[in-house]
Amino acid sequence: MEKSQQHSILKTTNLDIGYSTKAKKTIIAKAIDIEVNQGELVAVIGVNGVGKSTFLRTLSGVQDALQGEVLVKHQKIKQIDSLELASLISLVLTEQPISKNLSVFELVALGRQPYTNWIGRLGKNDLRQIKKALQHVGIEDLQNKKCYELSDGQLQKVLIARAIAQNTPLVILDEPTTHLDLYHKAYVLKLLKKLTRKTNKAIVFASHEINLAIQLCDKIILMQPNKVSTGSPRELLESGAFSSVFPEGLIVFDKASASFKIKP
Amino acid sequence: MLHSQKYVLPLVLLFLGVLFLGFLNISLGSVNIPFKDVFASIFNLEVSKETWRYIIVEYRLPKAITAIITGSGLAISGLLMQTLFRNPLAGPYVLGLSSGASLGVAIVIMGASIFGGVFAGVLLSKWSLVIASSLGSLLVLMAVILASIKLRDTMAILIIGLMFASLTAAVVSVLSYFSPAAQLQQYIFWSFGSLGDLSWNEVGILTIFWLVGLALAMSCIKNLDTLLLGEQYAKSLGVSIKRNRFVIIIATSLLAGSITAFAGPIAFVGLAVPHLIRQVIPVNNHQILVPAVILGGAALMLICDIAAQLPGQEYTLPINAITSLIGAPVVIWLLVRKRKFLF
Repeated sequence: MEKSQQHSILKTTNLDIGYSTKAKKTIIAKAIDIEVNQGELVAVIGVNGVGKSTFLRTLSGVQDALQGEVLVKHQKIKQIDSLELASLISLVLTEQPISKNLSVFELVALGRQPYTNWIGRLGKNDLRQIKKALQHVGIEDLQNKKCYELSDGQLQKVLIARAIAQNTPLVILDEPTTHLDLYHKAYVLKLLKKLTRKTNKAIVFASHEINLAIQLCDKIILMQPNKVSTGSPRELLESGAFSSVFPEGLIVFDKASASFKIKP
Repeated sequence: MLHSQKYVLPLVLLFLGVLFLGFLNISLGSVNIPFKDVFASIFNLEVSKETWRYIIVEYRLPKAITAIITGSGLAISGLLMQTLFRNPLAGPYVLGLSSGASLGVAIVIMGASIFGGVFAGVLLSKWSLVIASSLGSLLVLMAVILASIKLRDTMAILIIGLMFASLTAAVVSVLSYFSPAAQLQQYIFWSFGSLGDLSWNEVGILTIFWLVGLALAMSCIKNLDTLLLGEQYAKSLGVSIKRNRFVIIIATSLLAGSITAFAGPIAFVGLAVPHLIRQVIPVNNHQILVPAVILGGAALMLICDIAAQLPGQEYTLPINAITSLIGAPVVIWLLVRKRKFLF
């Protein structure tokens, strides 16, 4: 137990998330306590609209928490300045208006931004990190392609490589598997798993791929309208948490095969 | 720096091109002056005819410098706007700056005749046009900055700029409808744009604005790259969106506002040059793109000015028409040839 505390990358204590305007607070989820350690692959699972994105935005410091704390490497996230935070957390976002005219190399190189000088000059170390990131994700042969030439799956790998080049102990991905076919979904999640093992980074991602997540992840954060449960897939399995993920009637959780099935 | 070394050659070629075009621009004009005497005038040596020296030093040289400043300044504003809004259609016009300037000038020229009386004489000096167009741009700029402080969404600022543009255009139409032919003609002449009317003092003032604008653009050169990923990614890389957006808008306004004030509303250059450069040098890194666009804008404007003054002729064509006449076919040709709109 003591050992894991030393390597805690991300921790929340009694975290309430949601939106607040002057008029009122809209609480989306309450009292979230999670801990993510070095080298762990963690999935955030929940139905549409349950607040996965809000949760990830709060974890990455884009949005303020309504209450409670987010601790990154034992520091309160609100007290970390933006440039230092950029060396702790990197993001992979979907549906962003990125300029598709960027080459793969240029895009991955942008991961080095927090470390370069005022004009953005890439040093030897930057080039080494970029090369390493391209290797880790296995896209060295794509580096001279333009982003508009890539398939969705390739683009997702490039965005992941950019986050790796940012060289942060924590990577947060918002639905990295949308728009991908089953093969590429599995491929991307397997890649994330491999990255946690090879680079010892902690990786947190939101996904709808419950079946794949159960097989691959070290930890699952299960978001439901009134409660958030965390644990290893096995722990959640044993506690029966999965059986109440979806509204009753259409899809059921089959304990024997540890996967969801359509009700016959 | 392995990555950017391959772009040094195109930049050097562009720079030499600007030098050559600058010299050509000074050498050509309605009066034929031998190259030898053009050189002599520039470097303050013995010139065969004193009038030649006067033409070169007091007329052609400031005009060439104005062309360089105008071309590069507008081109950089265009690049900044396109990157900030991640929109290939953006240019200095989208913030409504030129429209603001036009409104100021329209009010001075045409308003004076409508309201008549004392105003008419006082308002029609050249400086009053410069001041009016600067005030017009400034007014629109203030509105845009206020909007950018209030609004989180960059696209909303773009739309507000476009709204200002149509508002001011409407006011100008109403003014033109009521104003007498002579004033209308004067306004139209201003809207043609002109590089040749500037004294050395005015060139000096324009240069100061240009330098400040370029320095501001340079100060966010690295963050411009990040903005190509969108605002959320930029934020996650430690870039302050609000501060950079503010600096970029100020830089654009200074450049486009001062240039429009002195040279009239020159269309097209701001929108087109960044695209031309992207077609020729396939790069998105602003370390390369910014100097390339500065040089490209200067070169295009020098070429347009050479074409506008029709060597050996008395006439000078309106520069505003020439930029589009020369530039638009080039952009169309490049796009069709490459079959790809690069942004």
